[in-house]
Amino acid sequence: MLLGVNPVPWARSQMAFTLGAHIILVPLGVAWAFMAMIANWRAIKRDDADALLLAQRWSKYMAVTFAVGAVTGTVLTFEFGLLWPTFMGRFGAAFGIPFAVEGLFFFAEAIFIAIYIYGWKRMKPWPHFWTLVPIIISGIGGTVSVVAANAWMNDPGGFTLNSSGQVTNVHPWSVIFTSAMPYEALHMVLAAYLVGGFLIASVYAAGMLRGRRDRYHRLGFIIPFTVAAIATPLQMLVGDSLARYVYNNEPTKFAAIELVPKTSSDVPETLLGHLNSNGTVTGGIKIPGLASWLSDPSTGKSTVVQGLNAFPTSGEPTVREVNTVHLAWDIMVGLGTALTLLAAWYGASWLFRRRMPQSKIFLWLAAASGIASIIALEAGWVVTEVGRQPWIVVNYLKVQNAATTNGGVWITFLVITALYLAVGTTLVTVMRRMSKRWRAEVDLDESEVPYGPRPEPEKVLVP
Amino acid sequence: MSTAVAVVLFFGVTTYAVFGGADFGAGFWDLIAGGADRGARPRALVDHSIGPVWEANHVWLIFTLVVLWTGFSAAFQSIMLTLFVPLTLAALGIVLRGSSFAFRKSVSTTSARRFAGALFATSSVLVPYCMGAVAGAIASGRVPAGGVAGDWWSSWTGPTSILGGVLAVAVCAYLASTYLVADAIRFGDADLAGYFRRRTLVAAILTGAIAFVGIFVLHNDARYIYDGLTSRALPVVILSALCGAGSLWFTMRDRHSLARPLAIGAVAAVVIAWGVAQWPYLLPQTLKVSQGAAPDPTLWSILVVFVLAAVLILPSLALLYYLDQRSALGVDEAAGAPAISVARSAQPPGPR
Repeated sequence: MLLGVNPVPWARSQMAFTLGAHIILVPLGVAWAFMAMIANWRAIKRDDADALLLAQRWSKYMAVTFAVGAVTGTVLTFEFGLLWPTFMGRFGAAFGIPFAVEGLFFFAEAIFIAIYIYGWKRMKPWPHFWTLVPIIISGIGGTVSVVAANAWMNDPGGFTLNSSGQVTNVHPWSVIFTSAMPYEALHMVLAAYLVGGFLIASVYAAGMLRGRRDRYHRLGFIIPFTVAAIATPLQMLVGDSLARYVYNNEPTKFAAIELVPKTSSDVPETLLGHLNSNGTVTGGIKIPGLASWLSDPSTGKSTVVQGLNAFPTSGEPTVREVNTVHLAWDIMVGLGTALTLLAAWYGASWLFRRRMPQSKIFLWLAAASGIASIIALEAGWVVTEVGRQPWIVVNYLKVQNAATTNGGVWITFLVITALYLAVGTTLVTVMRRMSKRWRAEVDLDESEVPYGPRPEPEKVLVP
Repeated sequence: MSTAVAVVLFFGVTTYAVFGGADFGAGFWDLIAGGADRGARPRALVDHSIGPVWEANHVWLIFTLVVLWTGFSAAFQSIMLTLFVPLTLAALGIVLRGSSFAFRKSVSTTSARRFAGALFATSSVLVPYCMGAVAGAIASGRVPAGGVAGDWWSSWTGPTSILGGVLAVAVCAYLASTYLVADAIRFGDADLAGYFRRRTLVAAILTGAIAFVGIFVLHNDARYIYDGLTSRALPVVILSALCGAGSLWFTMRDRHSLARPLAIGAVAAVVIAWGVAQWPYLLPQTLKVSQGAAPDPTLWSILVVFVLAAVLILPSLALLYYLDQRSALGVDEAAGAPAISVARSAQPPGPR
């Protein structure tokens, strides 16, 4: 094999890194079209020039982020095979089905983003407006498909194995609609709208803090922030149901989330803290009985929560993995709670004063909400992925047995990390430069963004 | 059933070769266009001609990969294990190409544009070479069945892989130049049309020569494919040769609107001939299509998605190409059309 370094940790790192990078672009691809739709609707309905400008500029940012997201998504497709060939070889017949569906949505989204950008000068306003609908639907459809594949890994079903472990029959419907799928899919779609909303709004909040408090900036803030502020409390409710689903169906993950070493009732909710290798929990703040109560409010404190000792394979998940899951959970829920409070502040201000909060503190917090929501998103991803360890397909295939045997993965990890850092930096630089050009009142033609129409030939061929 | 999905799979491969190939080939001409001054005009044409959704052509690649791993998981596993190096290089090349696509239009400084352009052009050659080498490795039976890895290096550096890689690069260049000639004529630039006409002729002859030499390579290195090409795939081979010769003839006679479809036909026929020659094997002489296929319900799902894609995607693509051909509304229509004025410009709509 190529340069005999154990590929498993490198394959895990590469997959985690590339997925972690891709997931930041997902909310923009999924949710931005919806915000553009609000702005575009306002523009046509109320002859609102600021809203029109926003929709036009957003569509151009969307094209850039979507093009980069398409690339990082293509890499993931390769990686399923390059890094996890045994996983694909054994379960591709089931796992591949949601991805086939996803391909359909991805293609539709790419085409309609191009149509929308072309349409600014080539279609009438209302038909042009409606071309946003397929983008929004395919964004949600694509998310649901990919998350369905992930839910299947957590809760595999819809297939029959023979004695040698080969898939001999498949029920496509049951592969897609596993019991985990509705919770996970809704959680991710809401996450996309939440992160997308806070992220876009945070840019305008930063602009307002620098004194750009004109109507254009206010609108650029209000549209995405309102979407995020509505999505956040809903997300907390869905997250709560998902946690209860995990309690019922993925007890190992739940034990790691709640940091429960031994099965018992009256389990405290431990904030922070960590598990020691001897099975004790130190540090952190314990809220008596809360974990039991949240797991099943109907039985309250007497609800029994299975501890890590209840699971047959000792040392799996490892103590480090358990601590990672628990910390990630705390970060996700902590930031989610903070964002809910911020959303409540915003909502209260609209309710009582009929305007958004004006104070600098609010704007500072709003400017930080984009990064905070991304951290929460990544933390949630860590909970579901590290929480599944040591399995790649729960109870069927372990991660270490699914990985490639190519010893050169450490090289591809280093190369792809460097490449992604360069691409990420360039993406931010390019978007900032676009915004600077616009502030300098230089308009950017549609032909200057990816997926945009071709420039007029005479502009091109004049030397 | 598995046959139908194998056909769908090869449809994806062929479409990627034809559409993606033209994009890669445009990058090839960009790469060898010479210094900044001399190459400026051909590069400008390349830049302009690369279609509106060219990076969307990777959808065909994703489609092929997903159909392969879903429908023929065992073969996918073997291919990915064995051909780790060329496939990784291809993936990296796609990242570079895709990123330069995303950014090239948005960066404004000349040096940044040149850097993005260089990345784009280099990876445009790297990716088809690797893909061709992968095809050669599979065709010459260097990918073992049974989910085990073949040799990580010699599996894709054999004669058939080199043939596949070089042929892929040549084919891409050939496809792209036939398109670029037609585009140059459309813009009334006779100089540039002549420039790409010469290159089309050279590329056509070279591609034909490589294919001819390839027959001897296959005879010694991939006997099963050679036997297939000279028996059941022979009609397709002849069709490809006829299309190629016809395309060359029409290029010389400056009938470029006929040359281009014939060139596409020649390339598509080469890919299809490979598939027919390899039949009934996914991995020649170790894994048959029928042996390596997923259970029927999975294959049905793939076919359903394929049909849905045809029903939903084709009309959308048609709309996009229609918009591409249509000039901007605002330019032609009278300024008095209020419905359009909103969308036409970033300025506030004027008084009605």
